[in-house]
Amino acid sequence: MSAQIPAVRSTEQLREKWMKPEVITGSEILLRSLVLEGVECVFGYPGGAVLYIYDALYGFKDFHHLLTRHEQGAIHAADGYARASGKVGVCIATSGPGATNTVTGIATAFMDSVPLVVITGNVVSSLIGTDAFQEADITGITMPITKHSYLVRSVEELPRVIHEAFHIANTGRKGPVLIDIPKDVSADKTLFEPVQSINLRGYNPKVVPNQHQLEKVAAAIKEAERPVILAGGGVVYSGGHEELLEFVTRTEIPITTTLLGLGAFPSGNPLWMGMPGMHGTYTANQAIQNSDLLINIGARFDDRVTGRLDGFATHAKVVHIDIDPAEIGKNVKTDIPVVGDVKTVLELLNPLVSRSDKADAWRSQISQWMADKPYKYKDSDTVLKPQWVIELLNDTTKGEAIVTTDVGQHQMWAAQYYKFNQPRSWITSGGLGTMGFGFPSAIGAQMAHPDRLVISINGDGGMQMCAQELAICAINNIPVKVVVINNQVLGMVRQWQELIYENRYSHIDLAGSPDFVKLAEAYGVKGLRASNKEEAKQAWKEAMETPGPVLVEFVVSKEENVYPMVTQGSTIDQMLMGDCE
Amino acid sequence: MTTTMTSHTIAVLVNDQPGVLQRVSGLFGRRGFNIESITVGQSEEEGLSRMVIVTQGDDKTLEQIEKQLYKLIDVIKVVNLSSKPMVARELALIKVKSEPAERPEIMGVVETFRAAVVDIGTNSMIVQVVGDTEKIDAMIELLHPYGIRELSRTGVTAMIRGNA
Ligand SMILES: Cc1ncc(C[n+]2csc(CCOP(=O)(O)OP(=O)(O)O)c2C)c(N)n1
Repeated sequence: MSAQIPAVRSTEQLREKWMKPEVITGSEILLRSLVLEGVECVFGYPGGAVLYIYDALYGFKDFHHLLTRHEQGAIHAADGYARASGKVGVCIATSGPGATNTVTGIATAFMDSVPLVVITGNVVSSLIGTDAFQEADITGITMPITKHSYLVRSVEELPRVIHEAFHIANTGRKGPVLIDIPKDVSADKTLFEPVQSINLRGYNPKVVPNQHQLEKVAAAIKEAERPVILAGGGVVYSGGHEELLEFVTRTEIPITTTLLGLGAFPSGNPLWMGMPGMHGTYTANQAIQNSDLLINIGARFDDRVTGRLDGFATHAKVVHIDIDPAEIGKNVKTDIPVVGDVKTVLELLNPLVSRSDKADAWRSQISQWMADKPYKYKDSDTVLKPQWVIELLNDTTKGEAIVTTDVGQHQMWAAQYYKFNQPRSWITSGGLGTMGFGFPSAIGAQMAHPDRLVISINGDGGMQMCAQELAICAINNIPVKVVVINNQVLGMVRQWQELIYENRYSHIDLAGSPDFVKLAEAYGVKGLRASNKEEAKQAWKEAMETPGPVLVEFVVSKEENVYPMVTQGSTIDQMLMGDCE
Repeated sequence: MTTTMTSHTIAVLVNDQPGVLQRVSGLFGRRGFNIESITVGQSEEEGLSRMVIVTQGDDKTLEQIEKQLYKLIDVIKVVNLSSKPMVARELALIKVKSEPAERPEIMGVVETFRAAVVDIGTNSMIVQVVGDTEKIDAMIELLHPYGIRELSRTGVTAMIRGNA
């Protein structure tokens, strides 16, 4: 399986080519700086305010530029690229409507701590503030959803700003950084000498933890009778998954991973309890609630994980390891705070910890729960069950694929039934829960890993939010396997309306959806449909054997619900078990 | 940790960048922190401004405010002034109605407070008063019966006493 994406050059040669000082335009400075930052792929959409930049891009071959069909597609693709690669994702949009079209994607990346550099054009400096044509105060609009932002005042500051933006985006707690470049700045010329130093007085993320705190953690582990690890996206972002495995292997403490932490720990390990929270496993939630020591590693105690806060892990001493000190104590009172990079923290902590027998009874209790209450659904031979479809994907790919999802029931089923064994193989919008994210993020992931299998799992609702990007797959032969789990409704909303709003199904019927097979074909992408198990196996086999992009629609039952479920306002051990009973 | 709401005075040293006030005040608004007053001006170092923010909250909120402020790239230093002995001052200009006959009486109040009259019109005058918040509140209360036409307060600026 290989994308027909042309290969980009060796960075070393490019560095030599572009490092020499020269008087050039702001637009050329931008492109050279991106190359020097190691950028391989940029997603964007032109317009008046970025015309100088696109002019400089004419014939430019030192990184890819993919023209998406909507700026939302571009920013989610950049996000998927960043999550899959660990590098900074880059997106370019024009001023005004182009810039505001990126807002949802910026917020998505911000909530999930994804490093992005978003470049927007703006009207010429002299028109800023005059309500000029296509003017929007994008730095003002995005201030609450960026880690930092720049409105560039002159071409001289551009090299420094770009270098700082990449540094800020991908260090400490990662996040999106916006660079707004007025049109005249992209046209002006100056002597470009690459900036190599960083001087940001107010920005010094603490990577190395306090040794004394680590000793306290080790002592608490020694004493604990019912310890639990809650690991989150921070493990993936710091690259600390091997250290985490060693930590668990040494201590034999049962572990649960949050939605964004899936893949940070091998799902086949007997100490893995699955995901916690709203649609988490019975075991993970019971374990947290009954624990006497809760070790949070790079998770932020999101309310979908904690449920009702005043009844969350009430017996536990809480350890919280996070690179962002502001997360510690924000939602849950913390007894032992550890500020630092997860990988570094675990490297230093591992030599201090060992297995304790005091937790033996607890370990067997947990195994018992896992055996008694796994995820379960009622299968059918007449109608396709969405969970079965996910199991089919899992069985045929052995957990080796990169999976991106949209938001809704299919997302939760994918989280529950696909078994992840590697970090950066699971890409989903956790914090913001952004419909429309699933498919374009897969395009980005595929650009990051042209040789891996990338599967994008979507609902029939969310697929229609960025379906236009099928064009990108077709013309660039980006071989994403696009799955549409079609239940003909806004499934997750339907589930809430059934369970909480007494079957009052208000505006969830997706009648009028396109024929997804024909939609794919209209864009030049192969389309397949399956409505029963035989067809499903056949269609999926064909999709896997077809080089290039394929869309497979699985027509599934409409009434299926995601279980277990913790309803809002409940503590996480109060679960509706449904079919998992 | 107590949960009592108290007034806190925080000094924030920031890069003197356009938009920095918006970043700081936006952070307070978005996270539901309250701002009683905010003042900004030059600091002792070129390129840096000092903001002094008076806010209400319990200890947990104060801790979050400090931590969230530090997340802003343009924030260099955050100091909780009210945890130490400090000097806190604000300035108010009060335009008070004053027929010529009432002037001596008003001047009496002004002198007692060591305030100053900085302008006199035909039937009003502007009083300038500097001091801590309570002093200014008291001054306003005393001038109230004469009729306050216009009032403008700066908000608090503050510093730790001594060599700290
Ligand atoms: C942009 C956006 N709008 C609305 C929502 C609220 N929402 C959450 S899940 C959902 C239903 C999704 O339906 P579908 O895409 O068909 O997926 P399913 O739940 O059926 O798997 C909606 C509307 C959202 N998360 N994002």
